[in-house]
Amino acid sequence: MLGLDKKDTTLLLIVAVLTMCAPFLLNPFPEGSGMAQFNAGYPDLMQRFVIFGIFAIGFNILFGLTGYLSFGHAAFLGVGSYAAVWMFKLLSMNVLPAIVLAVIMSGLFAMLIGFISLRRSGIYFSILTLAFAQMMFALAYSVLTPITGGETGLQLALSDPRILGASATAEGNIPVPALFGLEMRSSTVWEVGAWKFTFNTGYYFCAVIMLVSFFLAIRIFRSPFGMMLRAIKSNQQRLRYTGLNPKPYTLAAFVISGMYAGLAGALMASMDPLAGAERMFWTASGEVVLMTILGGAGTLIGPVLGAGVIKYMENIVSKINSDILHGWFAFLPDGLEDFVVAIIYPFIGKGWHLTLGLMFMLVVIFLPGGLVEGGQRIARAFRRGKKNEAPKAASTEPAE
Amino acid sequence: MGILDVKDVGKRFGGLKALSDVNLSVQENTCHAIIGPNGAGKSTLLNCLVGKLIPDTGSVMFDGQSVLGRSPHEINQMGISRVFQTPEIFGDLTVMENMMIPCFAKRDGAFRMHAYESIAAERDLIEMAEAMLDDVNMLDKRNMHSASMSRGDKRRLEMAMCLVQNPKLLLLDEPTAGMARADTNNTIDLLKEIKDKRDITIAIIEHDMHVVFSLADRITVLAQGTPLVEDTPENIKGHPKVQEAYLGESH
Repeated sequence: MLGLDKKDTTLLLIVAVLTMCAPFLLNPFPEGSGMAQFNAGYPDLMQRFVIFGIFAIGFNILFGLTGYLSFGHAAFLGVGSYAAVWMFKLLSMNVLPAIVLAVIMSGLFAMLIGFISLRRSGIYFSILTLAFAQMMFALAYSVLTPITGGETGLQLALSDPRILGASATAEGNIPVPALFGLEMRSSTVWEVGAWKFTFNTGYYFCAVIMLVSFFLAIRIFRSPFGMMLRAIKSNQQRLRYTGLNPKPYTLAAFVISGMYAGLAGALMASMDPLAGAERMFWTASGEVVLMTILGGAGTLIGPVLGAGVIKYMENIVSKINSDILHGWFAFLPDGLEDFVVAIIYPFIGKGWHLTLGLMFMLVVIFLPGGLVEGGQRIARAFRRGKKNEAPKAASTEPAE
Repeated sequence: MGILDVKDVGKRFGGLKALSDVNLSVQENTCHAIIGPNGAGKSTLLNCLVGKLIPDTGSVMFDGQSVLGRSPHEINQMGISRVFQTPEIFGDLTVMENMMIPCFAKRDGAFRMHAYESIAAERDLIEMAEAMLDDVNMLDKRNMHSASMSRGDKRRLEMAMCLVQNPKLLLLDEPTAGMARADTNNTIDLLKEIKDKRDITIAIIEHDMHVVFSLADRITVLAQGTPLVEDTPENIKGHPKVQEAYLGESH
């Protein structure tokens, strides 16, 4: 299907079904129950899952295939956000032109930064990209305030021209981002018994774009171009002496992943039309590196998984506080309860970074291939278990 | 005039004269060996031929064009393929992928943005790669992870990767260095087979006399950065100057 082999088609379909059913899957606990705080099926968080999924998919095209570790990819996310918000201010609240401009702008920035940074490889390349991203952050934060809004960020105003749309709605409010009249923030709520499922237009819009991005990423991974990128990671010397020039290949990969980041930035702005310089801060660049490595660099689904895990922890684990912990361990004798809570407390709430750090360490040490490798190992152990049983159970069937 | 003409080439590294007045000419469809004791400048000369080093003086012409100042990928695109002293292959890729990359390089040039195409659709190139693998008896290993192969197999694969490009000149940099006698003999057989089967020019830099005398049509002896003599293997064997500079020293 669509030029993919059977395995990749299956993967794409699984991801498609999972994203389409996410409002159900992420809300397994009934409303008002003790477990309801683990529900992640609210629009804001679901949007973040897919948007950061796109960001990580794009980052993986550069890092996973060529091995060039960029430490400044959030800069392109920021460029995308600013470009999209400017489109909302000047043209109209339609999200499509905003996304198109954001992708073009981030692509241009990526071409410039990539052209310079790719003159070096390894740690020097990483430092160059980091330097560029921090310069862009500093520019956006202070010097370029007229364009970026500086500290407060770039926001919409009633006085914005919006040549193809209205400056203000009939009620005198600032209009909201929409796709041909379909408002991104509109939601349909479906209540089944104690469960409450929210279907948000913005989420589904982002999900469809993520599926298209994922499909394109699979095509790139399986293309001759993708093979060349893996060859660059494997042995650049051999590649050069085989008559191929690694430079345009790495630059193309850098620009493509920059455009993915710009797309993610534009979607962020489309869900919530404001852009701030903090999106370009180096911690944001580091986050996408964590996502990709946690999920499995160089694998197709890994970055999406990593983005999901990190965003889930950021939003759910960070919300657990000591009262909730005391509630959980109320069955223990008083002294022991306090002790257990005191032990767990540093790892939750504001301390969720600690949990993330531990998890990251464990993954890097024991599963260098990320969560995907973990899944593969479990699947293999499962299959081996079956094979061992097979001779006993089915003597009529010949072995594989 | 040969296919590769080296004229008056000199190269210094600081105070060290690595090469001076090197003149040699490799004729089409012959196997030309360059031998010499350690430090004779063999590797420096080779690096000048493939674009890694630029000589201070002289010229290197290949097929009527100068190779000086060109980058390695451009020189490969001119028709020179190189085999390294330790096999250089794409270790993270499968054997078949290793073979497909030179096929793409030969057909599409140094860069092509084929990001939306599928490798499986390139029937012609796949057939070409498979035929070459069959030639070196590696077809059964096509889906193997190439880093997990033995050194001998890696050498065969690297050779196949060079040959599938149908180069005008194949450069071999001590292809048997560090090999056991049996592996060395296998490599010699493989090279002989290649020589007999196709019209190919080979330039080989080698330390091992056994390899050189079994393969070469012409031999240039390099000593202290200058060619001492150039002749057929039979004449080189008995040459007094060679005995003195090379064999005498190591025996």
